[in-house]
Amino acid sequence: MALLLVPLMAWKMDEPFLITLATKVTILALAGVGLNIALGLGGLVSLGHAAFFGIGGYAMGILASHAQNYEPLFSWPFLFEGSNQMPLIWLVAVLASAAAALVIGALSLRTSGVYFIMITLAFGQMLYYFTISWSAYGGEDGLSIWVRNEMPGVNTLDPIQFFAVTFVILCLTLWFAARVAQSAFGLALSAARQSEERVETVGLAPFKLRLIAFVISGAITGLAGALFADLNRFVSPTMLSWHTSGEIMIFVILGGVGRLYGPVVGAAVYILLEHLLGGISEYWQIFLGLLLLGMVLFARGGLIGALLGREVAHD
Amino acid sequence: MSLLNVQGLTASYGPSQALFGVDLALDEGEVLALMGRNGMGKSTTIKVICGMLAASDGVLDFAGRDLRQMKSHRIAQLGIGLVPEGRRCFAPLTVEENLTAAARAGEWDFAKVAELFPRLAERRDQKAASLSGGEQQMLAIGRALMTNPRLLILDEATEGLAPVVRQEIWAAIGQLKSQTGMAILVVDKTLKELAQVADKAVILNKGETVWSGGMAELTPEMTDRFLGV
Repeated sequence: MALLLVPLMAWKMDEPFLITLATKVTILALAGVGLNIALGLGGLVSLGHAAFFGIGGYAMGILASHAQNYEPLFSWPFLFEGSNQMPLIWLVAVLASAAAALVIGALSLRTSGVYFIMITLAFGQMLYYFTISWSAYGGEDGLSIWVRNEMPGVNTLDPIQFFAVTFVILCLTLWFAARVAQSAFGLALSAARQSEERVETVGLAPFKLRLIAFVISGAITGLAGALFADLNRFVSPTMLSWHTSGEIMIFVILGGVGRLYGPVVGAAVYILLEHLLGGISEYWQIFLGLLLLGMVLFARGGLIGALLGREVAHD
Repeated sequence: MSLLNVQGLTASYGPSQALFGVDLALDEGEVLALMGRNGMGKSTTIKVICGMLAASDGVLDFAGRDLRQMKSHRIAQLGIGLVPEGRRCFAPLTVEENLTAAARAGEWDFAKVAELFPRLAERRDQKAASLSGGEQQMLAIGRALMTNPRLLILDEATEGLAPVVRQEIWAAIGQLKSQTGMAILVVDKTLKELAQVADKAVILNKGETVWSGGMAELTPEMTDRFLGV
């Protein structure tokens, strides 16, 4: 509710910066909701989700840069033009990140525990270094887009309207994530997290369950990446770095792993701390570290768990 | 041909051989009691049938399909439902969620399980971890039934339960036998109750079948020699 009220009040008070800040929270929360499906439901500690975030970002950057330069992406076997239309960009971002998640998941999910963490990190870093050397799309300097992409019936240049777009997407994704968690698939995934063997004896394949979850998770994070790149009108390899993977994980842990609204609360607190403490000291992350330490030691259900109790399922 | 056909089955835990030649056969609608003292290979046999432990040698067929190289979840999909020793419900999930997670299209659904075990309907929204041992056992049986099995395997289903609850479980097994065409393989130590539901029995001793036949043919001499009762 606060996520909706703050930008509305900022709009009334003509404070576009606050609206942009709320939009950033909304988009990063979306990335966290994506990770939470893999981490919270499936118990998959992925340190490579920045790869999907970045793929979404680059999907936007590449399509938009070709559209603004009037150059087709490719002309054989068929002509494929760039686009500045958000719905098409989102579709490409979701499909590209889902395809990447399918490949990365199919290989990574053969391992578990610390090996899974390391292999997802390795894939993320591989793509990070690839984008650094990808000179056609800006290499290390990244890729700037002059004008924010368009959406039929919406003036995306107006901060409050762009916020509304991201907020609606976040709400729809939260609804979808809640449905997934309560579905037979989500329950089986959650059961597989507790015991692989027990799940197999009822005829479910844990690998398949986890792979589907990983793909859904990657696709949502990719969509967040496309929106984030549109917010900044800029995409760079930083979006794919392991720092970004760590930040997305912090949103989830801070808010509450496996809690529906955990990533929303986590992203809001993170951005708030960055904004408030960042003004006082450039070492603001020390305070974030202390907060995280406190969470892990004393409130393992995250902020949501601390407020509602750890036993409340699905918020 | 039997629904489940096991002949000369051997299996090992690493270098230690646990099964040296298990033979058993079970048809649709039959109840077979798999008996033997502790450590004689009953649970290991079940593990091999369910694909949790690889068979080293022998025949292991279910509905004409060779199970030996099959993964556990594929075996369950063929129609073998397991109620594991020690219940092992999904503790943080509710009763309904436990059953939904395992559900596969077929005759058995939540309503039918609740009909067999009305207590599960009363505890529908309660977490499995908070159920009594007996209720957890009912849930474990219900979860296996939700997979709509052709063969239900119950491994020590009444162990550690109060006599009243044990009676409820045995009554449910009897009901399954009389009202469905399901084959049932039961491992249990309570001979008296087994005798009421089982059509035939197999006795294991040191990892191999030492006796098999009709339940009525089981003599006191055999039970004394191999089961110690």
